[in-house]
Amino acid sequence: MIVIESLTKRYGSTTAVDDVSMVIERNSITVIVGTSGSGKSTLLRMINRLIEPTSGRVLIDGRATESEPGYVLRRRIGYVIQGHGLFPHRTVAENIGTVPRLLGWEEGRIRARTAQLLTALQLDPGQYSEKYPHQLSGGQQQRVGVARALAAEPAVLLMDEPFGALDPIIREKAQDDLLDIQRKFGTTVVLVTHDIDEAFRLGDRVAVMSAGRLIQYDRPDVLVTRPADALVARMTGSAERAMRLLSLTTAGEAALPLTACEAGVDGLVVPTSASLREVLSELVWRGGDCATVVDANGTPCGRLTVTAIMARGRSR
Amino acid sequence: MSTLGFLLRRPLSARETAARVGVDRLGALLTLVGAAGLFLLPFVAFKANRILPGDPHGLAEVLPTWAAFGCWATFAAVAGVALLAVNAPLRLAAALAGLVVTAIALAAAANALTPPHDLIVRVAPGAGFWLLLAALGLLATDAITRMRPGPGARVLLLALFLGAAGLTLAHGTFDHVSVMREYAVNAAAFALAARQHILLSLGSLGAAVIVALPLGVFCHRAPRLQPGVLSALNIIQTIPSIALFGILMAPLGALAAHVPLAAAVGIRGIGAAPAVLALFLYSLLPIVANTVAGLKRVSPATVEAALGMGMTRWQTLMGVELVLALPVILTGIRIVLVQNIGLVTVAALIGGGGFGTFVFGGIGQAATDLVLLGAIPTVVLAFSAAVLLDALVERLDRIRQ
Repeated sequence: MIVIESLTKRYGSTTAVDDVSMVIERNSITVIVGTSGSGKSTLLRMINRLIEPTSGRVLIDGRATESEPGYVLRRRIGYVIQGHGLFPHRTVAENIGTVPRLLGWEEGRIRARTAQLLTALQLDPGQYSEKYPHQLSGGQQQRVGVARALAAEPAVLLMDEPFGALDPIIREKAQDDLLDIQRKFGTTVVLVTHDIDEAFRLGDRVAVMSAGRLIQYDRPDVLVTRPADALVARMTGSAERAMRLLSLTTAGEAALPLTACEAGVDGLVVPTSASLREVLSELVWRGGDCATVVDANGTPCGRLTVTAIMARGRSR
Repeated sequence: MSTLGFLLRRPLSARETAARVGVDRLGALLTLVGAAGLFLLPFVAFKANRILPGDPHGLAEVLPTWAAFGCWATFAAVAGVALLAVNAPLRLAAALAGLVVTAIALAAAANALTPPHDLIVRVAPGAGFWLLLAALGLLATDAITRMRPGPGARVLLLALFLGAAGLTLAHGTFDHVSVMREYAVNAAAFALAARQHILLSLGSLGAAVIVALPLGVFCHRAPRLQPGVLSALNIIQTIPSIALFGILMAPLGALAAHVPLAAAVGIRGIGAAPAVLALFLYSLLPIVANTVAGLKRVSPATVEAALGMGMTRWQTLMGVELVLALPVILTGIRIVLVQNIGLVTVAALIGGGGFGTFVFGGIGQAATDLVLLGAIPTVVLAFSAAVLLDALVERLDRIRQ
């Protein structure tokens, strides 16, 4: 758990971050979203003390971050930035081993961890370990950046616009990978982005910042149904807020008992992981009004009707 | 296209064909230069003693007819290759053959013109020899450039060249040539001068690296002070070397006169101390400027990632920033080393020693051969340093980028 208490950063007369307090739960993904200059990156960098706060403090699992030297603190916290920042003169394996080496791990353990992470990120260790960063594609470089940040098994992972340099298709894949990795390792992720879609896709909780202040910090669906001010309302997009709400619920969560409607064999079949937004879009496209939800084995486990989906997108 | 030219050609790509229709332009120019050297200017000059002006002699006057014809035939063949051939290894082979023949012709001419057991007369290379040497040397360099050898191959070529030159000199092939006559008289002084020359160049470079590297890092970290530091070093750079030696004479002389310790470690108004100090000052700007440029080239994301992962400032500097900036820093060191090897020559004026001793001694005595005895090794030294450091920079760049 990360507790941020009245964190403030001033540069001369300008205030980059203005008295921000928030609590970030363990094993969750928290997304800080805001326009450029909103102070979101500064806030993130004060968590690992790349930037020292003017006032206020941060506690990670009850321990104040200023109780140890900044570089010691940062070795316990993963850090991923836009454009990955891989060391061009070191191989993939050497890049990933950076923090374990700083911590004095023995070589065998570093090798095993490197192989485990590369495999988890769908990069064959035999094929990629000895490559140099410039020999990889943008998406692969980004994954190595994530692997490097996770190498020393940090409890907290900070990500500053980690997918900003990727093209849209690779970005979506990278976001899915992050969700997988977060589930697998149980890391507490704090991610900064200016992309509200990314925030909704990834965030268990979303913090909206503007002009250095924390405007609203809540579950994504609350941001849509009860925006704190006009800015949050505009950001979440009043024209498509119903759709955004639907995108937050999966077919599995909303499924009705199998008897709810009679779908033919040619009716729409969707996996439990599909979002209601995707199901509705597909139903509109095909002209149906009912879909069968199937589990991972392909066994039907529920039904979804257009009426039921629409009920989920209504403001409460 | 002649039949001969056709035979020499390897299959051409479309682009090469477009680029190389007809006669090779550089080859044409070098053929003209070489021919002028061979037919219009004296190949050697015969002098009754070392300071008298020489009698010019052409190749045909000093060599037996068959040998002169052999030389001309070789040069004609080399010219043919230079004009028509595209194949770079062939061009290199031709240039090397030409160089070997030129060198043998010089040695043979010297042997033929020198009476037995005579140590007074001098047979000096003439303007024609130098022009031939320049044309063939350029042809060889151009061929090597066209072959685009890797850093290792270039160092190997340099080693082969130095080895061959060293072996022929040691063998005594050129012992009757004027410059080697001067060497025979000055052998002990030559060894001392060589040692001094290398020591002065490397010593001032080493001292400059120790000071300039931290100064460059400092300039990078404190961008506001950077213009001030760089312009101060720039001003030093604009002072002519002789003037700087003169400026340093007074304070160093005073220092030696008043501080016994300074005098005891060899600091004097003249000699090695002002030379090293001046060379050190000249060395600062290229290294500082290249350190700043090299560090600027390191991506900010890389540095931020290093710090964000928990590397200390020092670890980031030593393990990431300086390592990535190294090729650019080494380029600065190369500039300094080549520059210093040249400037050390001038240091002889204030008693600094080195090959300059021969150059200025030769000028004073109007003995061209003595000047050459100082100038040729200086050029070889500077050239070798440049090739070695260039190869090192390229090798590092290949690994790291």
